[in-house]
Formats: sequence, C-alpha cells, structure tokens
Amino acid sequence: MKVADRVRETPPSGIRKFFELAEEADDVISLGVGEPDFSAPWAAREAAIDALERGRTSYTANRGRADLRRGIADHVARYGHDYDPDREVLVTAGASEAVDLAMRALVDPGDTVAVPQPSYISYGPTATFAGADVLPVPTRAAEEFELTERALREAGAADADALIFCYPNNPTGAVMDADALTPVAAFAREHDLTVLADEIYAALTYGGEHDSIATLPGMRERTVVIGGFSKAYAMTGLRLGYALAPPEAIEAMNRIHQYTMLSAPTTAQFAGLEAIRSCADAVEEMRDAYDRRRRYVLSRFREMGLDCFEAEGAFYVFPECPGDDEQFAEDLLTEEGVAVVPGSVFGEGGEGHLRVSYATGMDELREATARIERFLD
Amino acid sequence: MADQRELLELLLEDARQSTADIARQTDRSEDEVESAIADLEAAGVVHGYQAVVDWANAEAEHVEAHVELNVELDRETKYDDIAGRIANHPEVETLRLVSGDYDFSAVVVGDSMRDVSGFVADQIAPIPEVTQTVTHFVMDTYKDRGVDFGDDRDDDRLSVSP
Repeated sequence: MKVADRVRETPPSGIRKFFELAEEADDVISLGVGEPDFSAPWAAREAAIDALERGRTSYTANRGRADLRRGIADHVARYGHDYDPDREVLVTAGASEAVDLAMRALVDPGDTVAVPQPSYISYGPTATFAGADVLPVPTRAAEEFELTERALREAGAADADALIFCYPNNPTGAVMDADALTPVAAFAREHDLTVLADEIYAALTYGGEHDSIATLPGMRERTVVIGGFSKAYAMTGLRLGYALAPPEAIEAMNRIHQYTMLSAPTTAQFAGLEAIRSCADAVEEMRDAYDRRRRYVLSRFREMGLDCFEAEGAFYVFPECPGDDEQFAEDLLTEEGVAVVPGSVFGEGGEGHLRVSYATGMDELREATARIERFLD
Repeated sequence: MADQRELLELLLEDARQSTADIARQTDRSEDEVESAIADLEAAGVVHGYQAVVDWANAEAEHVEAHVELNVELDRETKYDDIAGRIANHPEVETLRLVSGDYDFSAVVVGDSMRDVSGFVADQIAPIPEVTQTVTHFVMDTYKDRGVDFGDDRDDDRLSVSP
C-alpha cells in the first residue's frame, strides 16, 4: 500500500534502536525511561475505578468535563495563569495530542516552525505532519541549554511562523526562569511568532517555581500553553493533557479534536479531577524524591569526572560523555547493562551527551552509576 | 544541616544507606551529614534503627498482639508512672498513651499465642492500676511503617522511551 510522502520521509525515532537493544539484553538497568517510576496516586486511581463502577463510560463534552476544566483553570493559577474554563481550556488525550492539535490548528502548510534542540523527539515530526517546515534552533551546553534570543536570531527564526519549546526540558533537564524567557518573548513579539509552550514538566521544577512564557507581557495572546497529568501525577498511561490558549485558538484546536478524538478518555478525566483535588501532597513527595535522586546522580557523575550542568527540572540530567554518544551508549548497554539515551537522537546540540533519567529507584541508581563508573575506568 | 526533616525522611526511607549517599542526595558533605545524624541521636529525635520484617515469610515463630489497657489514676500515680512499669517488660515492643475508649495501646510480642496471653495475664493485668485489658492478636500484616508487604509490582515500563 502506498504510504504518504510526508510519513515515508519522516524517519523512525532514534530512540527505537536503543529500545530494541535494551529489550534484548539481560540484567539491564534502564536510565532511559521517559516516564515516572511511581504509580498514579491511589486517590486518583480510586476515582477512575469508581467512575468505571458507576458506569461512567460515555463520551464527555468535546472540550472535556466542565468540572475538570474548572479544576485545571484553578490549578494553573499557581503559575500566574488566568484562563476561562469555558472558552480557553481544552482537555486532550495527553499533552501529545495538544501539541498535534496546536500544530494543525495554528500552522499552515509551508509555514516554518522553529524547534530548539536538543528537544523532545515529537515536535519536528508533528510539524512535518501538519505540512510545516522545521527550523532547528540549536541550544548549547555552555548556556545550560537555555533558548536564547541570539540562538533564535542566528538560526533564522525571525522568519518563522511558530516556535515550540519545552521547559523544564526533555532531554536536558534545563529550566528557564522569567528573566531567561523575557528576551525570547520579545523576539516572538517582534517577529510575530505563535508560541507553543510545552510545560508538561512544570510541577517538576527544583529550587524555584516554574515560570511560564504566557504570563510575560504581550505573550498570552500568542501562546498556547500545553500541560498535562502524565509527569506530575505519574499518569502517563491514562493519556490526559490540556491546552490553555485564547478562545480563537482553543476553538480551532477543538474543531480538529471534535472530528478526530471526540473527547479525552472519560475514565482518565475522573482520575485527573481527583488528582487536582486531593493529590498535591503526593506530587510533593514524588517531587522531593526526584530532587534527591537528581542531586545524587549529579554528584556521582561529577565524581566520575563527567561534565554535567545543574539540571533543575523534569527528571533528566544531561552529562557529557567521552567520544561519540551513540557508540558510548551502545557500549555501555552491551558491556555493563545500563541503558541511557544518546543525546544526538534529540537533535543538534545533543551530540556528545547522554540523557540520563532518574525516574528510577535509589537502589537502581546506585547500581547503575557504579556500573557507569566501572565502564569509564 | 538546615533541613532536619529531609534527613529524617532519608533515614526513614532507608536507614542502611551510607552517609556518603545521603550527602550526595542532600548536597552536603559527609562530615555535615555525620554530625547532623549525631545531633539527631543526641537530641533524642532518633532513638534507633530497625528492619521492617514480614514475619509471615520468616522461619522463626512470631506472634504479635495489640493490647488495649485501661488504668485508674490517683493522687500519687500518673500515666508516666504506670507506663514505666509496663514498658520495662521486654515483651512490650510499643507502648503509647492514646485518646478514646482506653488509655494505653501496647504491642506485645512473643513466640506463641500462649506466651503472649500468659504475659498479659501474669504480668500486665495484675498491676494494681490496670483495670481492664483487651488483647487483639495480629492475624496478618499488610503494611508496616510505610512498607507495603504486597507491593512487589514489576516495573512494566518500556525500558527506553522518549
């Protein structure tokens, strides 16, 4: 059967090769996992069970249940957001759907989407599937992988139509505070860029509160904020996310959503509502655990002499590695049974680095770092 | 070390981890952690370190009972006085003064039910201030000190994911 050109021309993710290698090997400790090792808080799981028991198995409103939208609008007030739950909130099947909807609803074929790199692997392909051209914008280790006005300018993003980025960042763990975001916001305003801010890791910010670019002057009207329950509440498999944006953008995204998804999973919506209502303490405990592991892993890498900047978000650190990162990761996996993801699969600027996830228990982290140390000797 | 609570949480989670590992997780030096733990011990915050045991899987026999105790006070006898007399018995693993229908809640352990009931009958009930005892033998333990004995969930996540 004929496969559409834009799909055929999109290569499979570079992560796949490491997934297959890791699946084949025995006694592997994986630091290559991009999701929490915790289960969703019990109260949220119980709400999902309860919804099933009560037979709540129908579609919801396209935009998501009204109580959940209100809950989300209240919840994001902590980041300084103020969105109307009726007109400016859309509940989606994971943040990934929100990214896809924003791309298809706000970007025309032939438009250019600027994608800072290294970054989550889906942004480029999602833009491609929407018919847009992708403009990579490399970020640099020397700048702790923050997106800068200079990087945007040098990459030619002044001529782009949209910009998508993710802070706290997957894969680097970098965060950007309001001071760092201000010049990016000025650039977006000056060059009239639509901004898709993927803030899925917002709750996992260490040593400070998360800042959203949408709260900077003149940015709310040009920004789609994408969030979700997967990382903060350890609910990846429930597929629940959301988009926050001005009414015309949400209306456009919902147009696609109502024809392609109808509504986000109903069971997950009940879990999400309970998560927002009663699971703040559980999130705090998970966040504290991640933070301790983060400091542990950073210390261990520094003891080994691997250069590693102080990643302050998500659950990744992004150390430099000697030599070619793909080869290093492959040898580390086959010789010592530790899976990490080579930085180069996340795009330009990632080469020579490894994405190390600390969404894994302390015992595994101890053993894995000991094996990495042995491998380096 | 400023954050006493963080250190306590780490010790509660795994008291066997090395001082070096605690130092790494808290951005402190080993010496700082060493002295912070010594301070906790000296201040009577930390009284000891124990394993969380699921006796159902152990070879040794082990019987545990939760005993409710009602006592009668008078001018000369206070709760602390009676508590001392009860807690001195090595069979009493835990002793707490509680609110509600009874005064003390004790955990008594032994090698058999006969041991435990005999101990309560012979050593606790005869204490003059003790007016009533109710003994509840533990049938099964599902969770102890935050450790879920049934939680052996395999990590079913994909080994590498974006």
